[in-house]
Amino acid sequence: MIEIKNITKVYKSDIVETKVLKDISFSIKEGEFVAIIGPSGSGKSTLMHILGCLDAPTSGQYFFEGKDVSQLSDDELADIRKRKIGFVFQAFNLLPRTSVLRNVALPLAYANIPKSKREEIAKEALLSAGLNEKRFYNLSNQLSGGEMQRVAIARALVNNPSLILADEPTGNLDSKTGEVVLETFQKLNKQGRTIILITHEKYIAEHARRVISLKDGEIIEDTINHRSKIIQQIKE
Amino acid sequence: MFITDLIEETYFAIFANKARSSLTILGIVIGIGSVIAMISIGQGAAGSIESNIQAMGSNLITITPGSQTSFSQVRTARGTAQTLTIEDAQAIAENVPSAQAVAPELSQRYQVVFKGNNTNTQIVGTVSSYLLVKNVEMTQGSFISEQNINSLSKVAVLGPTIRDDLFGEGVNPVGQTIRINSINFKVIGVIQSKGGTAFGSQDNMIFIPLTTAQKFLVGGDYVSTISVQAESSQTMGQVKIGITNLLLTLHNIADPLLADFSAISQEDILDASTSMTDTMTILLAAIAGISLIVGGIGIMNMMMTTVTERTREIGLRKAIGAKRIDISLQFLAEAVTLTFLGGVIGIILGSGAAYGITLFTGMATKISLFSIILAFSVSAGIGIIFGYYPAQKAAKLNPIEALRYE
Repeated sequence: MIEIKNITKVYKSDIVETKVLKDISFSIKEGEFVAIIGPSGSGKSTLMHILGCLDAPTSGQYFFEGKDVSQLSDDELADIRKRKIGFVFQAFNLLPRTSVLRNVALPLAYANIPKSKREEIAKEALLSAGLNEKRFYNLSNQLSGGEMQRVAIARALVNNPSLILADEPTGNLDSKTGEVVLETFQKLNKQGRTIILITHEKYIAEHARRVISLKDGEIIEDTINHRSKIIQQIKE
Repeated sequence: MFITDLIEETYFAIFANKARSSLTILGIVIGIGSVIAMISIGQGAAGSIESNIQAMGSNLITITPGSQTSFSQVRTARGTAQTLTIEDAQAIAENVPSAQAVAPELSQRYQVVFKGNNTNTQIVGTVSSYLLVKNVEMTQGSFISEQNINSLSKVAVLGPTIRDDLFGEGVNPVGQTIRINSINFKVIGVIQSKGGTAFGSQDNMIFIPLTTAQKFLVGGDYVSTISVQAESSQTMGQVKIGITNLLLTLHNIADPLLADFSAISQEDILDASTSMTDTMTILLAAIAGISLIVGGIGIMNMMMTTVTERTREIGLRKAIGAKRIDISLQFLAEAVTLTFLGGVIGIILGSGAAYGITLFTGMATKISLFSIILAFSVSAGIGIIFGYYPAQKAAKLNPIEALRYE
């Protein structure tokens, strides 16, 4: 579903050229749960931006569902993000003083889904993200951190994207709520959704089935996480 | 994004920050309100001057004497020459085809006494056609007749203000005797009040037969003005030329530049006063326009702050698929809505202010559809102009940097 070939990304300031990604290639199949792990400065955020169509690579090719998206314009990328990608951020990025349902329905407005259908779709997404129905009409700033992240996950789901990108989704949560959020991702993955999780914590990466380790802009390891599978099998 | 979504977003954004939104709107309210009020004052003044000029009589041409050069080559002031005569007036009435009515006048100020009261006012010697030419109507008694002219009667018709000054309000003075310059005159009528005009109110004049004025008061056979009424506004130019040519011939003057009289039509006065009031309106509107620009800068300032404050939100909107146009429309809609609201409130307040000015100072004001349309389009335009830059700034934000913005 995703294939990147010889991706490089160079940031130029006045004098210094910083090579953040050095000739990276890999592919991700539909239905995979991949963690991209690396210390800060490893280039994982830059990689996520490229995978999420928020940024274009300096060179190399990026095939999203077979289509080369590495040289598209801003608005064309926005279109792909709208239809195909759901984002979950570390800081949740919910609209403040706005109801949970409105927050979740926001991507539907940009996708020109008729108003009458939005509430239903948003509620469905919130239920599969595991938010208590009592919270649906609350304002976003009245929620706990765990609840906010569930709203953010619901918002990522609402356009039925083929890829969910989570950037340090547990970074602002305590370990217990973090665990619940990660279990939500596992559940969604079991429903057949492709998930890419970006983190710098190894124990978080262990929830994924496949772990890609980055260091200094290069892939140093790409392993199948058997333990994760075992955990899953036991749970099943 | 649907239009309804855009309206909803705008509504939420404006109501999220009520205090700031209302202060920004206030800037536009003051701007639009003062433009409306100022234009209405200007147009009101123009309207009242115009109606004053119309009240002088319709399709009027006024002939005044020019200056006179004596044998010693000393030239006197314009208007002081004694070259116009009753014969000139008669000649105009007989020979200029479209001149409907001709009224010669001779006026000077004299002291007027009735019993214990006295006043100094303009005494106008004229003929019966004055009524027609100057649009004058009677309230009491009658005006000067042909008979009065021929027999040099010592009769007087009073302006209402003079009646009030000499006899007291509401008193019928007809039949009483007043003394003008120590000569007894019998009051035969009172004219209807026309209100003050900028060109001398007839309300405080006294009218006597022209021949009487020439013989007993002034002691000369000249007249000070001849007023001519043309048949219609179309024939005014023609009548003016006819009079000029006729008088040049009668006065034996070959070169029109040396004419010892001047003929001014009402249109000339109207044109002059229109250009004066237009200048005033433009001046007032320009001053008000400055506050409108200040209001626009207020809008821009608020939008810039909003864009900075909501950088992360813009980043998020972009991440979930908002295009540049979606973002810029959102902020533009916000700016236009603010100015639009300000415009509506400003029009209401400005009209209210104009109404208040009329109510408390008696100054005429006129709120025209034109000024409302102008204010409306200016306010919408200001929203677009001052909202455009912040909206573009928001639309061009890089989503990655916007999401990271602290």
